[in-house]
Amino acid sequence: MACGKAEPVSTKEQRIGEIVAEHAGREGPLLPILHDVQHEFGCVDAESEAHIASALNLSRADVHGVVSFYHDFHARPDPRPEVQICRAEACKARGVEALIPAAEKAAGERVKLSTVYCLGLCSAGPSARVGDRLHARLDAAGLAKVIENA
Amino acid sequence: MPQSRIVRISDDALARALGADELAAAFERKGHEVHRTSSWGMHWLEPLVEIEGMGFGPANIGDVDAILDGSSEKAIGEIVEHPFIARQQRLTFARAGQTRPTSLEDYLATGGGIGLRRARQIGPDKVLEEVLASGLRGRGGAGFPTGIKWKTVAQTPAEQKYIVCNADEGDSATFADRMVMEGDPYALLEGMAIAGLAVGATQGYIYVRSEYPDSIRKLNEALKHCAPIIAPFRCEVRVGAGAYVCGEETSLLNSIEGKRAEVRAKPPLPAIEGLFGRPTVVNNVLTLAAIPHILEEGGSSIYDKLGVSRSKGTMPIQLAGNIRHGGLFEIAFGITLRELIYDIGGGTESGRPVKAVQVGGPLGAYLHPDQFDIRFDYEEYTEADALIGHGGITVFDDTADMGQMARFAMEFCAAESCGKCTPCRIGAVRGVELIDRIRAGGRAADAVEIQPVMHNAPKQGRLPEQEIALLTDLCETMKYGSLCALGGFTPFPVMSALKNWPEDFMPRETAANVAERNDA
Repeated sequence: MACGKAEPVSTKEQRIGEIVAEHAGREGPLLPILHDVQHEFGCVDAESEAHIASALNLSRADVHGVVSFYHDFHARPDPRPEVQICRAEACKARGVEALIPAAEKAAGERVKLSTVYCLGLCSAGPSARVGDRLHARLDAAGLAKVIENA
Repeated sequence: MPQSRIVRISDDALARALGADELAAAFERKGHEVHRTSSWGMHWLEPLVEIEGMGFGPANIGDVDAILDGSSEKAIGEIVEHPFIARQQRLTFARAGQTRPTSLEDYLATGGGIGLRRARQIGPDKVLEEVLASGLRGRGGAGFPTGIKWKTVAQTPAEQKYIVCNADEGDSATFADRMVMEGDPYALLEGMAIAGLAVGATQGYIYVRSEYPDSIRKLNEALKHCAPIIAPFRCEVRVGAGAYVCGEETSLLNSIEGKRAEVRAKPPLPAIEGLFGRPTVVNNVLTLAAIPHILEEGGSSIYDKLGVSRSKGTMPIQLAGNIRHGGLFEIAFGITLRELIYDIGGGTESGRPVKAVQVGGPLGAYLHPDQFDIRFDYEEYTEADALIGHGGITVFDDTADMGQMARFAMEFCAAESCGKCTPCRIGAVRGVELIDRIRAGGRAADAVEIQPVMHNAPKQGRLPEQEIALLTDLCETMKYGSLCALGGFTPFPVMSALKNWPEDFMPRETAANVAERNDA
């Protein structure tokens, strides 16, 4: 199954080969490689797994086991912008749960809302993350604005 | 044109999440020089603006003119005199608010590098001796004596050894690691270099969670600047991939190796067979960042003199959740929860009474206001069936539903379990179901139980108290049968909630059961 930008298969294989080569000097290079592949193609699909496995002399099952273990790697790309909302204890204590129904409504089909357990802004929740941009002390209006601008 | 002044604004992730970047740009547009420093840790005042030692916060763009002409209502006076700061005993966070995080010049000008220089002069044996003498215990949660761990690695012969910094700070209510990495990255790197020197390791890894993009960026920048200073020690930042369980040291090691982050059975200890099967020191960020101070002349005895009984030195305590004055408060062990929550934290932000306090993150017990005289001390918490963990404190007001929080603890464990051991993998899922059934008022006999052939099965279903007995039993199994703290400590929040707030586990008053009762 192809994913990400519509590129010919050979290009993808080549690009993955380059990524693997960039991490050649590292001990235990699989996670850094998977991060780069996820970043570049928006997912780590079965095809990428096969290329990575052969480049690192691992079995496909080994690579798939790792990809499926971590929350950050996805088997399919999702073109929607993502808003991560922290729903861990400290944000719950500051009322994040009450904001969720309205946030889901604001997100609709356009924005992907995901739950994250802790962004480390626990004294100033509720908090959210879009890409590398963090937002804290959110109320219903603030969160709606973050989702709108995502 | 008025005189250009130096304006200090933090570039900590929390300040940035509250608009510090935009605020800094506004001061620059007015022709002032803005220094982006670390955070003072007074989070309710962020973004905090500092001009000539005087603080203003929480500031937004609309306050810029008033701050500059001295008429701002957000003035808090001299920052170092603020009671929240003046009351602290800052060692690990000595530079907080005062230096530019990635400026090596600022670091060296404020005593940075002295510990490493002295460590090189006195040699590995003396370094180990001093770390032991300081009484420093691992700040990640387990509280294991750091000196003993280092000694084990030092005494295990190997061609290659490693220093691994556990910066997978996934616990809710904790942000001290993040503040060290973003505010004083050189202190952490210096601590790692000293550890490397003490045990004979030349390679270090810092495993940072992917939820901390600012930490990753600043550590990489700091590494570039200080590589020649820490050489021959080398260090690399590794980024996690969203798995909470990586905060457990053996699963963290598996993750660096590029494997599924499943927990390893111990023994062998990582100190003997750790990363890639070699002797490895795995220490938390706060532990390693405490090292440079301890290695300064007389540092270890200062450390040992602070604190109580076997909990020595200072602990950066993180005040979070529904608290008026949230932030980072570093103080010697021994302070009571009451002082922390009321005197320092100012009670709840909502103004309502405090109902519960969770100490130690998602795996820590919920403490009742009756228990607030407990002193911050590893042993005292263990005795109270609670834990200090990484020093995070989450305050809840009286609107909190503790039954729901207990359910969340199980739900969280189910979501984050690595799957290696059964009590955690399956127990957490069953725990959620059990709590749901308790809150639903028990359950009717199921299809199998009512079969005539099932002579010994109860025919009337199970009452809530029977389900509670089952939950208690499940928690025992998880506590003693799990491989690591995730499954092993999840019973702490669950059982403490059940013990202190049993009313929150009573059947919910739903429309359905009201109707049922009225029918009967």
